[in-house]
Amino acid sequence: MPKDGGIGASSKRREDIRFLTGEGNYTDDINLRGQAYVFFLRSDIAHGTLNSVDTSAAESMPGVVKIFTGADFTEVGSIPCGWQITDKHGEVMQEPRHPVLAFGKVRHVGEPIAAVVAETLGQARDAAEAIEVDISELPAVIDMKQAVKEGAPKVHDDLTSNLCYDWGFVEENKAAVDKAFEDAHHVTTLELVNNRLVANPMEPRVAVGDYARGTGDHTLYTTSQNPHVIRLLMGAFVLGIPEHKLRVVAPDVGGGFGTKIFHYQEEAFCTFAAKACNRPVKWTSSRSEAFMSDAHGRDHVTKIQMALDADNNFTALRTDTYANMGAYLSTFAPSVPTWLHGTLMAGNYKTPLIYVNVKAVFTNTVPVDAYRGAGRPEATYQLERLVDKCAHELGVDPIALRRQNFITEFPYATPVAVEYDTGDYIATMDKLEEIADIAGFEARRKESEAKGKLRGFGVNCYIEACGIAPSNLVGQLGARAGLYESATVRVNATGGLVVMTGSHSHGQGHETAFPQVIAEMIGIDESMIEIVHGDTANTPMGMGTYGSRSLAVGGSAMVRATEKIIAKAKKIASHLLEASEGDIELKDGAFSVAGTDKSVAWGDVTLAAYVPHNYPLEDIEPGLEETAFYDPSNFTYPSGAYACEVELDPETGHVTIERFAAADDFGNIVNPMIVSGQVHGGIAQGIGQALMENCAYDSDGQLLSASYMDYAMPRASDLPFYTVDHSCQTPCTHNPLGVKGCGEAGAIGSPPAVVNAVLDAMRSGGKNVDHIDMPVTPQRVWAAMNG
Amino acid sequence: MYNFDVEKPTSIADAVKALSRDEAQPLSGGQTLIPTLKARLAMPSVLVSLSGISEMRGVRLADDGRLCIGGGTVHRTVAQEAETHYPGLASLAARIGDPAVRNRGTIGGSVANNDPSACYPAGVLASGATIVTNSREIEADNFFQGMFSTALEEGEIVTEVKFPIPEKARYEKFIQPASRFPLVAAFVAKFNDGVRVAVTGASENGVFRWTEAETALSADFSAKALEGLKLDGGSMISDLHGSGTYRAHLVGVMTKRAVLGLI
Repeated sequence: MPKDGGIGASSKRREDIRFLTGEGNYTDDINLRGQAYVFFLRSDIAHGTLNSVDTSAAESMPGVVKIFTGADFTEVGSIPCGWQITDKHGEVMQEPRHPVLAFGKVRHVGEPIAAVVAETLGQARDAAEAIEVDISELPAVIDMKQAVKEGAPKVHDDLTSNLCYDWGFVEENKAAVDKAFEDAHHVTTLELVNNRLVANPMEPRVAVGDYARGTGDHTLYTTSQNPHVIRLLMGAFVLGIPEHKLRVVAPDVGGGFGTKIFHYQEEAFCTFAAKACNRPVKWTSSRSEAFMSDAHGRDHVTKIQMALDADNNFTALRTDTYANMGAYLSTFAPSVPTWLHGTLMAGNYKTPLIYVNVKAVFTNTVPVDAYRGAGRPEATYQLERLVDKCAHELGVDPIALRRQNFITEFPYATPVAVEYDTGDYIATMDKLEEIADIAGFEARRKESEAKGKLRGFGVNCYIEACGIAPSNLVGQLGARAGLYESATVRVNATGGLVVMTGSHSHGQGHETAFPQVIAEMIGIDESMIEIVHGDTANTPMGMGTYGSRSLAVGGSAMVRATEKIIAKAKKIASHLLEASEGDIELKDGAFSVAGTDKSVAWGDVTLAAYVPHNYPLEDIEPGLEETAFYDPSNFTYPSGAYACEVELDPETGHVTIERFAAADDFGNIVNPMIVSGQVHGGIAQGIGQALMENCAYDSDGQLLSASYMDYAMPRASDLPFYTVDHSCQTPCTHNPLGVKGCGEAGAIGSPPAVVNAVLDAMRSGGKNVDHIDMPVTPQRVWAAMNG
Repeated sequence: MYNFDVEKPTSIADAVKALSRDEAQPLSGGQTLIPTLKARLAMPSVLVSLSGISEMRGVRLADDGRLCIGGGTVHRTVAQEAETHYPGLASLAARIGDPAVRNRGTIGGSVANNDPSACYPAGVLASGATIVTNSREIEADNFFQGMFSTALEEGEIVTEVKFPIPEKARYEKFIQPASRFPLVAAFVAKFNDGVRVAVTGASENGVFRWTEAETALSADFSAKALEGLKLDGGSMISDLHGSGTYRAHLVGVMTKRAVLGLI
């Protein structure tokens, strides 16, 4: 029987009532008295010397309040980078200055050059057109391999080259890995591209800066996944505002997918300009601006090799990756191709020796940073494509080859520095084979062939690291932040609870799932619990939501705070019941004395805490409010196996996804419906990457896919009904809920299955194609089949 | 967008008068023009809306047997009301864009704009339709003059399009996955005196008639008749979504599928 409340129940998402009825409060819904609007004049040149920005004509245009250029920000800090990588020679990465407004040079199309604040957006835009910008165009650096060649034009003149870092991992293993390749019975090599993507959350970015002259308090309303992080980065590193004078509010946020983690220039600008203009300043990104100013995702070029022995056991793996940083280092950009990617290269396999090389490169493109999965999709894609290629070269079944090399004993210390606490890769593969109906595939293939189509089946496994992250570990790895999470649980006098969490919901469903946990712990109805998030003024310092961390880390903090609440409530109950504290039990919302029929209701205890007439004031304080900070001792390791079935039209190259099955192990599950929804959304994005999405630049650095006319997003009609299963559960061993995280799995686990299926379909049509790069567009398929 | 005035005349005569104003531009369904204005790529002083002109709306069968569609008729209306007399054309209209586009976009706006990837020009040209304006009638063969270029004079309005109804016709479209415009589409119309084939999405010069295919199909209306016919990819549009060679190939596939759908 499905539960109707608490952990394991598919409670309906309470937040959807306001989202679906237009009652949400998004940043663009916030309009302050006296508000002015900013329009950013952005570079349409990818690389050039900024000779002058003449605003004189624009300043006298109607409605103009003030015009800003890079010169106004020379005393202001650089937009900071939150992670420092140390390269294979022990040198720290090259870290360029990232100005709020371009100064001296422009380095990518879309970089803001000037900002016009005016009474209306239309007036700001009119005035921006009257600004005269003189740029001497320089050759653009777009291709990563060209960018690191001797003599290539430099994106940043003050750096030694366009190479941000050259990272080797684990450097000490390199010689042993190379030796294993020399001794290998078989070596499979694959070169591939992990295509650049634009996140495209439904809500574009928005920032509203406000300044109270009377108190000197700053407020920034912004579309962020982590308001406390923005407060710290912007306050301490850019504008020099202490946290107690700066409030950052991220209200309802309409999707993030990583791209709203980072601190952006527009946020710093609106905060700065609100003080300079002494009135609120608002910026709402247009969709066109989003394409050229939101951090992009992925963009890796990789060569990967597997060494195998005569029995088809994986003996060593090595990779060479070029990772695009874009023109500047976005907040977490350096960590994505390194610690979020290299540490996952073992995948689900017991390959004993692994070496990963990553060259991070500056180019004249929009900065690249974390996008749903962040490094882990890149690792999974190359590994799972490679394993498939191994199987075909060796003439063995791809699933059998995977099974043969699975890690089967846990905990398992990988050769790439992480320890998987739990998992059962055989169980998820067994489940996949069942739900994907592999047995029925040949019959379905015949049906397709009868229609003149080819049908292909592809499979892959994945492992990811979520629940980011142990602070002391990431500190050693170069993070300039802790990655704990916080929660304050406030119990009201009549028994209702408010949880102030440092996590942030931008679609995930925290307002529904978090109360289920507390309802289970206390034995009360979920409706008695409310979740507050997104405002630094009323939540404890937290690190926000990304890396599938909310429930595993933020939820754990909430559990710890609730445990403190229960412990104190038991003391109060023992006083009221005149019993020993050790004999008090909490069940179904009532405290009772073990072995008796004496009990007191939850609401009576909470009332006593705030009306302490009959209360042990000599022993405990009145009130019932507790805070906990939870720092995980390890990552969590969700894993699974995915299968995709495609139909391919050999005449046009058009591929349709006919079936998609996902068997995931997320450990314990709080709300199965929300988990399914997360997997569905992730698969949609993974299929989008695999078949459709392509952020493309030409050689001059012009963005070719700068709107929905050319950037193909998946639509409902492009996707099948998925079969998802999360009944395989090996609970996480080190957090109190035993949960692992599910937000990114779909996006991580789906692209290789799609591409493997397309290649299988081609083979069934007699075309033995080794590899095809994403997005697998009709043109590419047709060219591969007719090339 | 920049500021502009709006006029909403209720007759063709008033619309023509309004369009004589300086920098005036006609606005029909606005499916191309409004995004252009929003991107500040055009700066008309006045938009003359044609959507209030009832004489320009509707689908009717004329006495001469032609299907006459008012220039201001939206795609959804054509999809519904042309179904009985000219199902091939109704099917084209039913597949343009999405429901929002089909409820605003008009046939007159589409042919006047002559986007090289629009659907209607293929249907109009393959049908050998006549474009009626406020001042004259223009044969489709003379109307489309290259990418975004037509025989229309400044201020001239497409008031109606008259379609001879073929024995049978079919529109096969392969969509560009982002915009959902045709990457390549072919309209095949079989008349009792011959076959006309028009192709959109493919050529640098906009919609065109594939005369080799017409000749072959007029002699033998079968897929086999198309075998060996090849278009030159060199004059085709080449972009992120398809090379000229790929588009040339797709023209053959779409044409063949249209024929197969008709026999």
